[in-house]
Formats: sequence, C-alpha cells, structure tokens
Amino acid sequence: MNTLETKENSLPAAGRRIEYLTPRVNLHQDGEGFTLELEMPGVGKDGVEIVVEEGKLILAGHRNTESAAGASVYAERSTCDYRRVFDLDPSVDAERIQARIEQGVLAVHLPKVETAKPRKIPVS
Amino acid sequence: MVKETTNKTMNIIRYKPSEFTNWPRFDRLSSLRDLLDSAFQLPNPAPGWVPALDVFEDGDKVTVQLEVPGLKKDDFDISLEDDALTLSGERKSDESGGESLRIERQFGAFSRSITLPSPVKADAVRADYEDGILTVILPKAEEAKRKKIQVSLK
Repeated sequence: MNTLETKENSLPAAGRRIEYLTPRVNLHQDGEGFTLELEMPGVGKDGVEIVVEEGKLILAGHRNTESAAGASVYAERSTCDYRRVFDLDPSVDAERIQARIEQGVLAVHLPKVETAKPRKIPVS
Repeated sequence: MVKETTNKTMNIIRYKPSEFTNWPRFDRLSSLRDLLDSAFQLPNPAPGWVPALDVFEDGDKVTVQLEVPGLKKDDFDISLEDDALTLSGERKSDESGGESLRIERQFGAFSRSITLPSPVKADAVRADYEDGILTVILPKAEEAKRKKIQVSLK
C-alpha cells in the first residue's frame, strides 16, 4: 500500500460518463497490515461495493436515494456516488480483506501475507 | 439534545468546498481553477472543517441535513435561538497506533449556523443521525403554515 492512488485514464464511452466523488481517506500501517478509512456520508451497508481486480482495490459507495421532504431551499451536498481505486501492495493477502461501515466511514482492513517466515529448502 | 441559547448567533457561515473535485479526470483543469480561486481567497471565517449542509422546506416543516461522517450521537450540540439554528460538534481523532501513510480526513470542532426560512415550534424539533448524516426536522409554527383560502369565481 505504499503506492499512491491509481488514476484511471481510460475515458468511458461518450454519453455514458458517470461522475464520482473522491472520498477522503486515511491510511494507517502496522505490523499486521493496512487500514483504510474512507468518508462516504450517505452510504449504508448495502451501498458499499469492494472489488479486488488485477492488483487493484476498487472501493465504491452508492448513496441512499431517499431525500428529505420538500423543496430545496439551500444545497451544498453532492448527490454523486463515491469511487476510489488503489494499487494493492503485493504484501496484502487479498483473501482476508475485511470491511465495515459505521456512520458514513468505511474502514477496510488489509492484512499482510505470512511470507516473512524463513523457510528450509530440502536438498533432494 | 435541543437547547435554547441566548448568545447571538451569526448568519450563514461561508461554505468551504472540499479540495477534492467531483471530476477526477479533469485534474489539470481543477488545479488551474484552484490557482485562480486562491488569488481571491477570503480569510476563512470558521477554523476547522466546514461540513456541507442542505435545507429543505415543505408545507409543515423545515428539514436540515448536515454531512458529518464518523461522529457519535453525544458529539453533537444542536441549538435554536429564534430563527437561527446552530449545529456544532467535534470529531475526535481515533488514534489507532502504527504509522500514518495518508491523512486526508479532518478532525476537530465544526459549527454551522443558518437562518430558518420560517418560524418553527422549538419544543417539537427532533434530530436523527444515520449513515454519517445529521437530519434535523423542525415543524413549522402554526402561524407559518400555509393557509388555503378558497376563492370562488363568479
């Protein structure tokens, strides 16, 4: 996870472009692995989508569509969904990635693989 | 949760948009825009972070929504003084040992104040916090509810 955020440079087909909000992220590392925290206000448990594909970690959040009753008087909040892509560090064990979302903060735990242990190679 | 205050509340605090653009594909355009913006930047009236806020109004209530992910219910302070609603609180940093490789989230105190578009019943205000969004529902005072008057045409 020492790599930076991946910039997706392939433009989708014309007329089908979808705009996403880039969620703010905090990334921590300890001996066991990495922890990502992403801010996705308005996204519940059912709106989170996490995909590991070709060494990339794709995190998306779809907002609850229900909006408050009445006419908008003042609006600052975006209605876009969230999306952010990271390069997975080779030390991450993709099979054991865990995630939970609490009050709009998605926490993703990325444990490291156990390859640091020395191995004995038998001579045949 | 809702309490009345006597100190004078200021009007709408200027919104400070996030530096992250909605259009990550147009990074070069947005950095040009940021450069232009910085030439006209006003001093930020509210230190700390300024969460985004929406206001809705219908026949019998005003609804205010604030985007504040990652707080606890006890971290909020909601106060109402005449027609001024103030939503404030503090997001505490969760120090989770280890090494920080990237810090973009903001922590600390925030405060947003708005002038309500119509008089409300102060004792009937309720608030809810779900999925990182604080929703405050303020039922309108009787005199503010729209009255329907039938006018007959001759």
